[in-house]
Amino acid sequence: MSKSQEPIVSCRGLKKWFSVSAGFFAQLVGGETYLKAVDGVDLDVYPEELYCLAGESGCGKTTTGKLLVGLLKPTGGEVTFVGENLDKVSRRKLRKLRAKMQTIFQDPYSSLNPRLSLYDTIAEPLRLNKIAQDGADEEERVVRALEAVQLVPAADFTFRYPHELSGGQRQRVAIARAIVVNPEFIVADEPVSMLDVSIRSEILNLLEKIRREFHIAYVYVTHDLSVASYIGDRIAIMYLGKIMEKGTIKQVIHGSIHPYSQALISAVPSPDPTISRKRKVLPGEPGSPINTPPGCLFAPRCEFAQDQCRREEPPLEELEPGHWVSCWFPRPPLLLGFDPADALKEKAKA
Amino acid sequence: MSLKVENLVVYYCMRRGDCRAVEDVTFEIESGDSVGLVGESGCGKSTVAFAILRMLPEPGEIMSGHIYFDGEDIALLGVEELRNFRWTKIAMVFQGAMNALNPILRVSDQVSEAMLRHDENLTKEEAKDKTRELFKLVGMDPERIDHYPFEFSGGMKQRAMIVMALACDPKFLIADEPTTALDVTVQAQIMELLKRLVKDLGITLMLITHDLSVVAETCNNVIIMYAGKIVETGSVLEIFQKPWHPYAQGLISSIPSIEKSSDQTLASIPGSPPNLLDPPLGCRFHPRCMYAQDLCKVEDPPLLEVSRKHKAACHLASGRIKDDKWSPGKMEVER
Ligand SMILES: Nc1ncnc2c1ncn2[C@@H]1O[C@H](COP(=O)(O)OP(=O)(O)OP(=O)(O)O)[C@@H](O)[C@H]1O
Ligand SMILES: Nc1ncnc2c1ncn2[C@@H]1O[C@H](COP(=O)(O)OP(=O)(O)OP(=O)(O)O)[C@@H](O)[C@H]1O
Ligand code: SF4
Ligand SMILES: [Mg+2]
Ligand SMILES: [Mg+2]
Repeated sequence: MSKSQEPIVSCRGLKKWFSVSAGFFAQLVGGETYLKAVDGVDLDVYPEELYCLAGESGCGKTTTGKLLVGLLKPTGGEVTFVGENLDKVSRRKLRKLRAKMQTIFQDPYSSLNPRLSLYDTIAEPLRLNKIAQDGADEEERVVRALEAVQLVPAADFTFRYPHELSGGQRQRVAIARAIVVNPEFIVADEPVSMLDVSIRSEILNLLEKIRREFHIAYVYVTHDLSVASYIGDRIAIMYLGKIMEKGTIKQVIHGSIHPYSQALISAVPSPDPTISRKRKVLPGEPGSPINTPPGCLFAPRCEFAQDQCRREEPPLEELEPGHWVSCWFPRPPLLLGFDPADALKEKAKA
Repeated sequence: MSLKVENLVVYYCMRRGDCRAVEDVTFEIESGDSVGLVGESGCGKSTVAFAILRMLPEPGEIMSGHIYFDGEDIALLGVEELRNFRWTKIAMVFQGAMNALNPILRVSDQVSEAMLRHDENLTKEEAKDKTRELFKLVGMDPERIDHYPFEFSGGMKQRAMIVMALACDPKFLIADEPTTALDVTVQAQIMELLKRLVKDLGITLMLITHDLSVVAETCNNVIIMYAGKIVETGSVLEIFQKPWHPYAQGLISSIPSIEKSSDQTLASIPGSPPNLLDPPLGCRFHPRCMYAQDLCKVEDPPLLEVSRKHKAACHLASGRIKDDKWSPGKMEVER
């Protein structure tokens, strides 16, 4: 990644508010209720960069990912892809742009077409983008993609249908489908959550390898900070639809200054099965994205919150070059003392 | 509630051949026990669970073997009895069940409906209150019970499925990768919840996962599968400290650990799991095993006791073959 380049994808003030089926009471009172799934997100992703989105369940990671590839229409703000505003371009142009993006969805059980064999599932994007020269070339590419994700021997998988696969196998088909066309931009939403460490590090290495080879930019959604720290260049930590802290992996994982990121990072397990382990777990649940409190969204759970935090929302400010934090009282950097990616790194070396 | 699985064989019979997903699997889960079922992607974990519930997807078939619940052979249950048994005694959180909820019904309605069907004395209001309680237990906002499934994020849907499984106070719970979409914080909360259910309510738990550290934290016993077969089983403490089977040894030494990562190389098991349409003869692990000898290529090692309630299926463990480099509990890697 070099900053002199233009970002391949960027968004400014990105918002997605859903109008939700309110409870009985709210319906009586009348008026629409909004759930602020994504609420003012700015991101720039450069070619060949791997940008991680992390945060607790429901914080808006998937929604952000879908907005970035134009699968959802933003309520506010804009997304540009290679300089084009996704919301303004014609349908034809959008289709063209979309051909350069791929998405690996979070749920491999519903995102694969049950009526397509694995061969057709993986060949489909090749055909849509008219990539293969002929049938033989197509077949070769499909087989290579299956082998790349360790579905071997490929011949025993091509004729199968998604429902004839285990969970982790489906996840790998979704990855094969996304990488077969060498897109410029991939949104990968928890792509390896069902895989064990051994195969997980192989798949992560594969993503890394094709990223370098074909200069692919990724937005990588994960709740696993060890994976983020293993493959990421930069990371944004989200909370209730907003970015709390963003910067390089080094800045955010190895020197976070936002109380929320610090809490998330302290919860990274340091497993030793012979000792019953106690994680430092962040108390409380994320608040509701429906009735967000005034001030800092994290204030109700923050042990350092003061009056100002509950009154005024802290701006997202660049405290050192590239390191952005939204907090009135940033903490001294949290030094982790270990690399959450160590285990994966060792695995990868072997 | 106790479960006994005897010599279970399950194949998926396809045109290209049979996928021999579960081969001669035998284990027992005592009432009140918590057992982790672990193994690589595609080794047959979910298939075992489906067979237990008699819900094998097409073209899966139980070729032979028996499954007993409290001594009762489930193969003999009629349709009506089976349905009853599934809803009142046993519950399952399906893997990837994010979209198993009915998309056009509010989550609260779906959960309450299950509760009401189970307990006729319950009022609608009580069922809703109970649903709110369960939402809190899995770390979700109880205000959102009236939402539709599509309004939930991935991790929220996964937790809604856990709520659904707990709705009818099951005696036996099978949870298949219940926390894949959840961050460590929520995952820890769910594991605490499962542990409490086992300890306080006497639920029997079978937890399927690829994550050994989750098993270490939650279960008393563990079953390790490789390519459709059990390779080792026993108590968590014993197996994590002293695994016998070379596959188990590799697996356990690959658990991420900070202490380990600094000065010790993590073991890795080179190669990939075999094709179950044409599994290797003899020990299914032999093509990847660094100790494999001629016997391993022709004779399948039986699952034998190596110490009390601790079994392993390996010719080294039974003493049929010898190798100075191998020893029980050995976990460092050769380089
Ligand atoms: N179609 C929708 N209608 C209404 N609300 C929605 C919709 N999609 C998502 N939401 C809500 O928006 C918020 C963000 O959801 P999103 O799926 O982006 O979360 P996430 O960060 O990906 O979480 P997870 O890690 O659990 O997948 C959640 O509160 C979710 O319930
Ligand atoms: N309906 C089916 N038809 C044909 N083969 C199947 C079917 N379902 C599963 N299989 C195959 O059976 C084997 C075992 O699958 P199973 O789903 O039990 O694995 P698993 O251990 O649960 O894996 P994962 O951790 O990836 O979910 C796999 O090789 C899979 O490809
Ligand atoms: S039986 Fe042989 S091949 Fe199988 S695990 Fe033991 S030593 Fe290795
Ligand atoms: Mg998501
Ligand atoms: Mg499975």
